[in-house]
Amino acid sequence: MRRILAVLVNDQPGVLARVAGLFSRRGFNIESITVGAAEEPGLSRMTIVTSGDERTLEQIIKQLHKLVDVIKVNDLTDEPMVARELVLVKVTANAATRPEISHIIEPFRAAIVDVGRNSLVVQATGDIDKIDALIELLRPYGIKEIARTGITALLRGSLARVRV
Amino acid sequence: MNTQKVDVMPEAGSASPDAEQPRKSMTGAQVLVECLKREGVEVMFGYPGGAVLPIYDALFDSNIRHILTRHEQGAIHAAEGYARVTGRPGVVLATSGPGATNLVTGIADAHMDSTPLVVFTGQVPTDMIGTDAFQEADILGITMPITKHSYQVRDARDIPRVVREAFHIASTGRPGPVLVDVPKNVSNQMVEFEWPEEVSIRGYNPTYDPNPAQVARVMEAIRQSRRPLLYIGGGVIHSGASEELRKFVHRTGIPVVSTLMGLGAFPSDDPLFVGMLGMHGTFAANRAVMECDLLIAVGARFDDRVTGKLERFSPKSKKVHIDIDPAEIGKNVAVDLPLVGDVKRALQAMLPEAEPVDTREWLAQIRRWDAQWPLSYKKEPGVLKPQQVIEMICEATAGDAVITTEVGQHQMWAALFYKFRRPRQWITSGGLGTMGYGFPAAMGAQLAAPDQRVICIAGDASFQMNIQELQTVAEHRLPVKVAIINNGYLGMVRQWQQLFYDRRYAESRISAPDFVRVAEAFGVRGIRAQTPEEAREAIREMLADPGPVVVDFVVPEEENVFPMVPPGAGTDEMIGRWDD
Repeated sequence: MRRILAVLVNDQPGVLARVAGLFSRRGFNIESITVGAAEEPGLSRMTIVTSGDERTLEQIIKQLHKLVDVIKVNDLTDEPMVARELVLVKVTANAATRPEISHIIEPFRAAIVDVGRNSLVVQATGDIDKIDALIELLRPYGIKEIARTGITALLRGSLARVRV
Repeated sequence: MNTQKVDVMPEAGSASPDAEQPRKSMTGAQVLVECLKREGVEVMFGYPGGAVLPIYDALFDSNIRHILTRHEQGAIHAAEGYARVTGRPGVVLATSGPGATNLVTGIADAHMDSTPLVVFTGQVPTDMIGTDAFQEADILGITMPITKHSYQVRDARDIPRVVREAFHIASTGRPGPVLVDVPKNVSNQMVEFEWPEEVSIRGYNPTYDPNPAQVARVMEAIRQSRRPLLYIGGGVIHSGASEELRKFVHRTGIPVVSTLMGLGAFPSDDPLFVGMLGMHGTFAANRAVMECDLLIAVGARFDDRVTGKLERFSPKSKKVHIDIDPAEIGKNVAVDLPLVGDVKRALQAMLPEAEPVDTREWLAQIRRWDAQWPLSYKKEPGVLKPQQVIEMICEATAGDAVITTEVGQHQMWAALFYKFRRPRQWITSGGLGTMGYGFPAAMGAQLAAPDQRVICIAGDASFQMNIQELQTVAEHRLPVKVAIINNGYLGMVRQWQQLFYDRRYAESRISAPDFVRVAEAFGVRGIRAQTPEEAREAIREMLADPGPVVVDFVVPEEENVFPMVPPGAGTDEMIGRWDD
């Protein structure tokens, strides 16, 4: 099953290679990985989406902990959390289809961020399922390119468990 | 490069660092050498080259003993031997590019067997990194999967912290190799020396003390067991827990089986020692694993050469796993009671609760198995058997020598027929199975223990892999003895071909030079023995000689290591001499 791990790491050269290398050499799967600066200077937070049975996941977490540059590993999957990904979709569009597309993406709170003669670029954020659904709706119009950031995630605050 | 000599800092072990004295500028290389002194390094192994010229220049003024090997692989295996005998990190220095890549096998070997090493490699100057410069290799990238941790120093002011951390990480927790890559301009950079008093690494905090509640559960499981068995590994030796283990075994009466890496952790002449388990383990040891109702793994990692087919491994037992590396727990075999911590501290925590378990019936059963299928081989008059050579060496050294091995049949015979009595006496490449390991490891072991007898039990093929180190041994007059079990084959490969490939000996027949004359060409004494009588005499002469000696024991070609669990089989499916 799909798991979302938040991994706090030292912002050191090679730290991404250490983490990615660990996954590849032990045969663990990476669906997506995102990295960016964390709240504390010198640290980065990685969000890794992976899949595997319970034993594999346990090994992934333990092996990650063994890396000296890894400070903390959290499995967010079953925790109250916010997981979001950003997608840019370049979709074929002409004068006739533009309003239709604009209409379709509205419930997704997506935005059209670029308009070309034969295409437009849709920007959306959300969890994996929402992004997948949006892409499926756009597919009939002709998708030229997709760029997805992969999931980034945080635990929710302990009192605010309302899904926004 | 700087030409100005700078005063070296006070010696290691001298009172507190020179807080009072004005700081002097030193090169990064001088700082590095000063750090090595402060870490207590007495001996290191290496090979110079362009990128490490500044470091060698700084070493020239130090009193650290540097052993120049004839190949970097010799240096790193020697450092491994040194580390395995002393328990302290072995130190290696090699240049960038080919110097560094020649270390790769040794780094992987140390990683597999949890041997503490601090490996320094030179690197091209920082502004040339990534340009495919002369003798540039991305050694950090190459060794990432086979190091416990690694550093590339980009600023000489970081050297003291990095060196401290490297020694700390290599030697604590589950030990392993740490690589420090030093670009040449960093070695030449002028800096002030500043020694960090403490090491604090946020992402590195091994668990030493076991959870008391979990200890209580383990003790309860022991009380309830009728057929308990201790399965010990190299972790007992790394943690220095032999004494605690001996006490625990004698207090409880629980019999002991050992992995290849655990040999010596518990005396093999103890009545409660059953033998080595696994692919070439004894029948009684493997049978005990199959039949026990409680298997207590202590500093061992359920390696495939131990378990055989996983589904058939120790099916009747509840499993306890004591290990300092949490990632080992549940990795290969599901464990009922994990105990994460240092083996020594775990046993210390268990000892006060340890009480005798009624194992009389269980021990009697194990002894019956052993009597029925003892470790044995067929002696033939006038024929020198490889097992016999090991027995003779064991007898002549009273089981007290430091034994290193190469990899293959001779290694298994040494493991089975030499009777080890103490930890750090058995130095072999277990996890990686590195041919070419044993001879350089013997040099390192001899340097670590100058007063002990060090014997490398070698195969004729393995010895040819690092035979060039005869020159190093000769130059330093290291009294290492090499006992070549010469059967003219890659014996273990040939054995598998005989058993599983219908005797098609593809490329396993291997020629060798005249080892006696080769030794003599290096200025080392060479002896040949072809009969049991000659062997006895050769061993006597070998041990009496104050210098290095190579003995070529010529043994039959088609002798096999038995018993054996065929690959992919369960440990209850052993083949052995009883099938003859």
